[in-house]
Formats: sequence, C-alpha cells, structure tokens
Amino acid sequence: MTGFDTPQVDWALVAPVLIVLGAAVVGVLLEAFVPAAARRVAQLGVSVTASVAALGAIGWSWHRLNGIDGTALYAMVTPDSLTGFAAPLGALVVDGMTLVSQAIVVVVALLSVLVMADRTASREDAFTPMVSAVPGSQYEQLATSRRMQQTEVYPLVLFATGGMMVFSATADLLTMFVALEVLSLPLYLLSGMARRRRLQSQEASLKYFLLGSFASALFIFGAALIYGSTGSLSFTEIAAATVSPNGLEKLLLVGVLLLMVGLFFKVGAVPFHLWTPDVYQGAPTPITGFMAAGTKVAAFVALVRVVYVMLPGMGWDLAVLVWTVAIATMVVGSVAVLVQNDIKRLLAYSSVAHAGFVLTAVAAGWGTGDKTDGPWAVLVYLLAYALATVGAFTIVALVRERSADGGTTGEATALSQWAGLGRTNPVIAGCFTVFLLSFAGIPLTAGFVGKFAVFAAAVQAGAWPLALVGVLASAVAAFAYFKVIVLMYFPGRDAKVEDAEINTGAGGATVTMARPKAATVVATQGWAAVTIGVCALLSVLLGILPGGVLTAINNILL
Amino acid sequence: MTTLTLFAAVPGAEAAETVKATGPASAALWLILLPALSAALLLLLGRRADRWGHLLGVVAPVASCVLGFVIAIQLLGLDSSERLQHVDVGSWIDAGALNLRFGLLVDPLSVTFVMLITFVGSLIHIYSVAYMEHDINRRRFFAYLNLFVAAMLTLVLADSFLLLFFGWEGVGLASYLLIGFWNHEVDHGHKVGGATAMENSVASKKAFVANRVGDLGMIVAMGLLFAQLGTVAFHGRPGTHEAGVFDLVGHGDLSTAMATGIGLMLLLAACGKSAQFPLQSWLGDAMAGPTPVSALIHAATMVTAGVYLVVRSQPLFDQAPNARLVVAIVGAVTLLYGAIVGCAKDDIKKALAASTMSQIGYMMLAAGLGPVGYAIAIVHLVGHGFFKAGMFLGAGSVMHAMDDEVNMRKFGNLGRRMMFTYVTFGMGWLAIIGFPGLTGFFTKDSIIEAAFSSNAYEQSWQPYVFGTVTMVGAALTAFYMSRLFFMTFEGRARWEPGTHPHESPRLMTWPMVVLAVGSLGFGAFFGKMPWSHWNGRLSDWLAPSVGHPHEHATPVVAWPIITFGTMILVGLALWLAWTRFGSRAAQVPREAPPASPLVVAARKDLYQDEVNNGLLVIPGTYATRALVFTDGVVVDGAVRGVARGAVAVGDQARRPQTGFVRQYAATMAIGVVVLIIIVLAAQII
Repeated sequence: MTGFDTPQVDWALVAPVLIVLGAAVVGVLLEAFVPAAARRVAQLGVSVTASVAALGAIGWSWHRLNGIDGTALYAMVTPDSLTGFAAPLGALVVDGMTLVSQAIVVVVALLSVLVMADRTASREDAFTPMVSAVPGSQYEQLATSRRMQQTEVYPLVLFATGGMMVFSATADLLTMFVALEVLSLPLYLLSGMARRRRLQSQEASLKYFLLGSFASALFIFGAALIYGSTGSLSFTEIAAATVSPNGLEKLLLVGVLLLMVGLFFKVGAVPFHLWTPDVYQGAPTPITGFMAAGTKVAAFVALVRVVYVMLPGMGWDLAVLVWTVAIATMVVGSVAVLVQNDIKRLLAYSSVAHAGFVLTAVAAGWGTGDKTDGPWAVLVYLLAYALATVGAFTIVALVRERSADGGTTGEATALSQWAGLGRTNPVIAGCFTVFLLSFAGIPLTAGFVGKFAVFAAAVQAGAWPLALVGVLASAVAAFAYFKVIVLMYFPGRDAKVEDAEINTGAGGATVTMARPKAATVVATQGWAAVTIGVCALLSVLLGILPGGVLTAINNILL
Repeated sequence: MTTLTLFAAVPGAEAAETVKATGPASAALWLILLPALSAALLLLLGRRADRWGHLLGVVAPVASCVLGFVIAIQLLGLDSSERLQHVDVGSWIDAGALNLRFGLLVDPLSVTFVMLITFVGSLIHIYSVAYMEHDINRRRFFAYLNLFVAAMLTLVLADSFLLLFFGWEGVGLASYLLIGFWNHEVDHGHKVGGATAMENSVASKKAFVANRVGDLGMIVAMGLLFAQLGTVAFHGRPGTHEAGVFDLVGHGDLSTAMATGIGLMLLLAACGKSAQFPLQSWLGDAMAGPTPVSALIHAATMVTAGVYLVVRSQPLFDQAPNARLVVAIVGAVTLLYGAIVGCAKDDIKKALAASTMSQIGYMMLAAGLGPVGYAIAIVHLVGHGFFKAGMFLGAGSVMHAMDDEVNMRKFGNLGRRMMFTYVTFGMGWLAIIGFPGLTGFFTKDSIIEAAFSSNAYEQSWQPYVFGTVTMVGAALTAFYMSRLFFMTFEGRARWEPGTHPHESPRLMTWPMVVLAVGSLGFGAFFGKMPWSHWNGRLSDWLAPSVGHPHEHATPVVAWPIITFGTMILVGLALWLAWTRFGSRAAQVPREAPPASPLVVAARKDLYQDEVNNGLLVIPGTYATRALVFTDGVVVDGAVRGVARGAVAVGDQARRPQTGFVRQYAATMAIGVVVLIIIVLAAQII
C-alpha cells in the first residue's frame, strides 16, 4: 500500500442506509431536546418519514440497477490512476439481493413502528415507561402512574433497521461483523422493555445478549480463521483464494463453519435456536414481530451472500453442513411447534421451522453453481414469511386478557384463551387465520408461493431429500396452525387445551396459573389495524397474483 | 319440398354447414338472458319483490316466447340450407388444448324446443300465478321456474356438449329445488298427498342423485370426445376451418367401437334425465313438487332432454348402430315398464308420471330407430308436451278442487262439477290414447309404423319385436289413461266427506284450454298421416337438423294392419277400462283391494326401489361404511399416529428448553463440535 486513495462514494447507493441511520441519530437528539409530551409524535414522524424516504431511495437504486445487466454496484470504489479502472473498496455492495432485502426490512420496520406507536384507550403502549427500574418497585409504579412514555424505542428500531440493511449489503467480513453488532445491540435492549411481565422480558434480554455475544464471538473467530487462511476479508478475494490450494484448507473449513454458526444463530437454526422461544416470548410483542421478520431477512441474505459470493466453490465440502442444519431445523421446529400452548412460543418455533425451509433453498444451489434460483427462492420465502410474521405478532399484541372489572390487561398468550375468538372478533380471527394459512403454506396465500419456490429450487438442484423432509415437516407443522384455527372457530370441538403453562424462568419451573378464560381484542388508536390489514392483504394478494412480484425479484437478481 | 327431400337424401353422411346468424336469430342469447335475469332479480331482491315477483316471472318466459316465434318465422322464410344458424357469443374456455367458444346453435330442432319450452312454459307460469297464490314463497317459486326455463333454453340452444351440459346441470338444479320446494314445515300452505317436508326433501335428493349417475355418462362421453377428436363443439364455427364433433364423425374420424362407447355414455346421461330404465325410479317421487312443476319439468320439457340429446347427437349414433339398438331397447323396456306401473297406480300424479315415463320410452325407441325415427320422436315429444302438460294442469285443478287429495279412489264423478277441467283433460286423454284425429293418433302411430319398418334394423326379426311392443304399449296406454280418466271424472263419487269440488279460477282453466287445443289439433296440423307418404309439417321443418324419414320407413306389415290393429287394441282396452272403472255399475273400492302379484308389483313400481336398494343402495351403504371405517382406523389412525408421535417427539424436544442460559450456550458449543465432526467426516468419506 503506497498511499491512501480517496474512495469515491456513490451516495445514491448508500442513501437508504444513510437515511435510516441518520434518522436514528436525529431521534437520539430529539430525546435530548424535545419536550416529553411532543416526543412520541416527533419520533414517530421521523421514523415513518425516514422509512418512506429510504424506500424511495431503494426504488431509485432499483431503477438504476434494472438498467445494468448482471453486475453489482459497489457503493465505494477506489479509482485506479494507472488503468482508470475502478476497483471496489469492499464495504457495501448493492445488487438485486441487497435491494430486495432492504426493501423488505424497511417495510417490516415501517409496519412494526406503526404497531409500536399504537396505544390503547388508556394511552398504554407495549413498552415499560422506565426500563431501568427494578420490576415491581415503587419507582416503576411511579413512572407508570405518571404515564411516562418510552420513546427511545424509535431510534433503537431505526439503528437496528440500519444494521439489518447493511448486514444484507456487505462485501467483506469486517463490515458484516459491524453490521451484525449494529443490528443486534438495539434488539438486546428492546427485548427488555416489555411493559408487562417485566421479569420475563428482562430475562429474555439478558439471555439474548449473552447468547448473542457467544455467537458473535464464534463469528469473529471464524472470520479470523478465514483471514488466516486466505489473507483477506473481502468476499471476492476470499472466493479467489479458495480456488487455489494453499495447505490451510482445514483452517478455512473450520473458520467458515464458525462464521456460519454465527449466522445460524441469527436465523435461529437448530441447534442454535434455543434462545428463540424465550426471547420471542419475553420481548415486547411489536419488537418480537420486528426482529422475527427483520433479523431473519437480513441474516438469511447475509448467509446467502457468504455461501454464493464468498464461498461458491466450497459447496462440495460444506453443503453437508447446511443440509444437516436444515434437516435438523425443519424437524425440530415443526415437531416442537406442535406441543406449544403459548401463542408467542408457538410462533417462535414456527419461525424456527421456517428457517429450516429457507435453508433448503440456501443449500439447494450451493455447489451446482446456479446463482439465481436459490437466492430468488430465499427472497420470495422471506417476503411471505415477513408479512405473515409481522401481521401475526401484531394480532398477538392486540389480543388481551380481560380483567375482573371488564378492562383489558396483558396479552392473552395462552392458547386456551384464544378459544372462540372467531365468534367474538371475527375480523381479527379471520386475519390471523390468513397468517396461519400462509405459515402453513396453503395455496392462495403468500406462504404457498414461498414454499413452492424453495422446494422447487431444492428439487431443481437435485436436493430432493431436503424437499421431501421439508414437505413432511410442513405437513406436521400445519397441524399446529390448524389447531389454532379450529380453536378460534370451534372452541368446543377441539380437545381441551390444557391450562397455560407459563415458563416463568430458569430451572424449568413451570407454573400453571388459572387465567380468565376468554380473551378480547383491545381497542386501540388503529395504527396496528393498518399493519394487520396491509399484511393480510399482501399475504392474500401475493398468493393469488404472485406473478408480478416474483418476476420483479427475478429480474433484479439477474 | 323437393329441395328439402333432396337435401336430406343421405342424412348424416353430409356435414351440415352452419352459417352465421342473421336477423332475429342473432339475438338468440336473449332467449336465455330474459328468464335468467328475471330469476336473478327475483332471488336477489328477496321478499322486497314479493308483491310483483310473480308478474315479472310470467313476463320473462312470455317475452322469450315472442322472440322465439319471431326467430321461427325468420327461419321459415329462409332456404333450408340457411336454417342452421350459429350465434357466436365469445370465447368461453381457453385452457390449453381445450379452446371452446360460447355459442348458440339456432336451427329447426333447437327452435322447436324453444317454442315448446317457452310456449308451454308461459302457460304454466300463468297457471302457477293462481295455483301458488296462497303460498308465501310464490316469488321464490317463480324465480326457480325462470331459472329452469333459462337452463333448459341453454340446454337446447347450446352449440357444444359442454354448454349443453351446463344447461343440463342447470335444469337438474332447478328440478331439485322445485321438487323439494315444500321442504319447510312453514311452507305447508300446500301439502302434496299428505307428504311431509322430509319426504319432499328425500324425493328431491333422490332425483338429484339418480341424475348424477346419468351425468357421469355425459362427462365420460365428453372426455372421450375430447380425447378422440379434440373438441366438444357440435359444429365448427362458420367462416373458420375449425371442425366440430359432428363434422368429424361424418368423415370417419371416430372408430365404430369408440362411437358406440360414446353413444352408450350419452344414453346413460339420457336415461338419468329422461327417467328411462334403469334410472327411472326418481320420476314418480318427483311428483312431490308442486303440480305446475310436474307439468313443466317432469312431463313437457326437462324429462325430454334425454331424447333431445340422442336426436341432437344423431351423427354420432349414425356411426354406431349397436348403440342405437340399445337406445331402442331401453325405450321399449321403459315403454312397457311405465305402462304396467301406470295401470296400477292410484295416485293421479304418479299414474301420470308413469305415463310420462312410458311415452318418453316411445320417443327413445323412435330415436333409436335412426334416421327413420329422429324426426317422429321429436314430433311425438312436442305433441306429448301439449297433452301431458294439459293433463297435469288438469290434475292440479282436480287437486285444487279436492283439498290436495291425489288418491283417485277418492275421486269419481268429478266431470259434472268441473266442466273446463273435464273437457280439457278429456282432450288430453283422447290425444294420448291415439283417438283418431287427435294428436296422439298422428304422432304415436307414426312411431308404431316406424318400429315395424325393416330398414331401421339389421336383423329381420327386429321390426316384429319392436313393432309388437309399441302396439301392446298403445293398448296399455289406452287402458291406464282411461282408468285414470274414468276413476277421476266418471263413475260414482267417492269423495271424502266434507269436500266440495269446484271449478278452478280462470287463470288456471285458460292455460288448460290452450293446451287442450294443442292436444286436439297439433297432430293433425304438424304430424304424419298414417296412410300418406307425406311426413308432416314438423318433420319437414326438422329435416335440416335431423334428416328426412321419408325414404326410410318401409313397414314389414301393411299400414292398415298397423293402424287398424292398433285402433282395435285401443278400443278393447278402452272398453275394459270403462266396464271396470267408468260405468255407474263399476265398483271402485276406496281402499286398494288385494290383487294379483303383478298388480301388487306394479303398485310398488315393479319393486324398482327394492331392486335399487338391493343392488346399489345397500352394497353402497356397506361400501361407504367400510370406507368410513377404513378412513377412521387406517387413514385417520395413521394421521393421528403421526401427530401423536410428533407430539411425543416434541415433548422430548422441549426437554432441552430448560430456560438456563448456560445450558443453551453449552448446547451451542456441542452443536459446533458436532458440526465440525460432521464436516470433517464428510471430507474423509
């Protein structure tokens, strides 16, 4: 290195990320300078504006990329003064995959922000007014009685969103790691902010943080081993280095494995999924929806990038890894989802199972050199999954227990409490049915299109055993979804659902609590209804008329 | 006339050319749309249309009837080569190899049916206004009747088997809805023969299921046609090089065996719809519906759809003599079957239903005779539509007068009390038994004559068998119809105490009068004189569609023997019926007396339900139970087993979910190690 060449930055390409992260910084400043009463409106305005602007910027990049054939754009390039050729300076790559995943992530963030902002008639949202207070302490009660608001949620979500957007656009391992941390740290915090069941929420936060750190350590260790083996952190250079043997293959192999374990943790693949149910259950439900959808999209795109860009030649050695994890994830996720009787844990295991289905598409093209079908299927599946997940968790956030005086209290997460919801709240139950059907992959829903895409990709790549396990696992998981639907509409007919077992903490201490039976849908300002409506509509629309979206995704990937 | 005869010199051999519809014929779609829109309106508006619904319900078929007349007059003014008009409505189904357009075939055959359906239909609509006056669901009744008319018109105007099937199912649906019309206890303004709502519902289901069996034949036939010929349209569209089924079969594109198979499948469909042996059992029970329904659907129009199907598929049956022979056999069997059952029935509507079955047997037999019989089958069909509808309306009038009593043993001597009904019913009665000069004399005798003609068959003995069957049938017809007429209108009054028979209102009697005029003059004007070589006006008119019978009818027995022999048999039967049921001296017990096994069997429809039960229902029930059992134990067991197993596994899978973060981390670490081992092991292998 003789000197430092000033990189040329294509600002338009990094604009979406800059807008979101910039808005997050603005949000932090708002916390400091805007009076408490106006903060919520200001934060909400900034978040929504930033999301919409970011979508616009993504659309502009999409337009630019559609004009170019088969190449990715690098956001930062170093002009080579000798040849005039612009060499990529790593960091950010903007290609079809980036744009699609960024668009999904931003949409998920926007929809989730609406849910977070939604308040009940008593002006309560899902977040505790005072995170730092000891649960049950006088201090906390004081904050509650003064109706204090937790508005730092919005910049935190924007930071996480920015991290996710970078995560799916990285071109080297270091950027990827930084993005991983940027997306994870706000989520660790957010998980601990639930208004109700504070202990559970804080425990979830801590667990997520500890295990996440463990996974990050594995990731960075893997990156180090890869650097040791290939002498580079850039995907393209690593890809070039893996072609020629240098005697350090075993080192590379273990490094890649550890790196991927870090990513498997993020997508919630077996056996690195154990945090999922606990954290999904403990976190505030709007946050659960956001991270279940957003993190998974970003992490899977990162995984696809690692597999298809960084290590296209190593499928022969490492496909077995993805195969093993995919099968284990599908089987464990689908089977475990059957025995859940808490709706949030059910959705958590369902997300584990979905991770397995997406992994089949990831595994499919590795080694066959087909660079389109696998990623395309992954993105289609993630789109369908994200819509249904955000929608489903939003509904979970709205279905509340009835208190003795007729008001509504915490979320009714016990399945038994959902019995008969189809009669009392037909619209909400109908939307939830749409999401469950989409999860189950029933035709005419987006989930079917996604399942079809991943299994078709797997079969086309010759990975039919994966597709077979996938189909069987989806059939098993469908039981769980239909159990909920039957429960909602035919409360009397289903076998009696045992009283809720609430996993309250460590040591497997399960406490069976007598709960008021019937749940009700809490009346809110209506932001959440927008999210539910959009998700349900898109889930059905994508199921009935998938053509346009699928072709658009396919075109941008080519 | 000569051009007509020349044109039809070799029926079936030449591919009939359709032309693009001109003038009023191009508006043929409105024939269907008018009643369809009316039905939709009446159903959608619901109770809001109760006050004027029946009027709209009457106007729709009348308007269709007027349009039908205009189209008929237009066709009459055209050269016979231009009488096959095609209305192309638009693309209907475009799915890969199946590219089907929605089109209507306006030709003499379909226009004949249009006239029958809309004219008789209009009369019955008018009659129903009075008949259903006290029914709170009269609007719904008219909606269903309109739906039926629309579906039936679709059936006869269709230019493809698929569209025909569409109408075919439509009339089945309307029939189902109308048979079970009184299926609510609250609807019991009328009670038919004391039948309960449940019995009515069962009757409608029976009709529906029996029709499904036939429909299966239709579907198979269409599938075979599509597989063999790649189309299910009757003719190619005019102005294109497309070819329809009938264009292709005429050129030998279909093997005889395949044509026979398709013909038999079409016959199965026809048997279901037209209540022919062995699918005849539903028609008697279908009398549970209101009497105007029995008149329109189960006498004049819908039940004749099977005959229409066979006649319309003439080019196919011309390629398959064996299938045609089966058609004739089915017709002959049903002819005798219905006649025997009719001799023993005491329920006036069921006796008429048996008669309908028997008369349609005549038509089937005629259609099975091939080119000799197609036209005369249709002629008898139209004539039958008049006199049978008239008699059903008469029966409805009698029931109206007798507090919905249907048992003829409790009638008698009604002729004095209800003059209009007596005379109009009498016209129908004389027409059906073939009284010289009336409709049946021309239409039925020509079938008997054709049945005796040698060139309809391949074997020399066949004309004698079929001819004899038709003659015996004519005698039986005369007996059971006279029995019915005498038991109802002559002899001694055997009324239930407290009944005061009275004539029906004008709205009911006038349609009966119009139909009686049809019974009286239709045959003489349109039919074939038994002793002439002229085929009759209707046959000539139908020639462009179904060919000309002229050259083909050459009876093996001289016509006077046939005609006068039939007349003598009919006369004998008439005398027998008079002495036993008509004269003042005749004793008709009010309860059915013990009788010979044959009569007992006939009273029970020759045990058709028992046979069906034994052959189909009971084995079917057991097969179903076995399937349900298998499904419950094996399939559900397997499914539940998988679920139970999965839950058990899930419980195990839940075990590591302890909540201890240290254990989670340890699991992750072990997972990493295991994966490293797997990856490295894969390297070695």
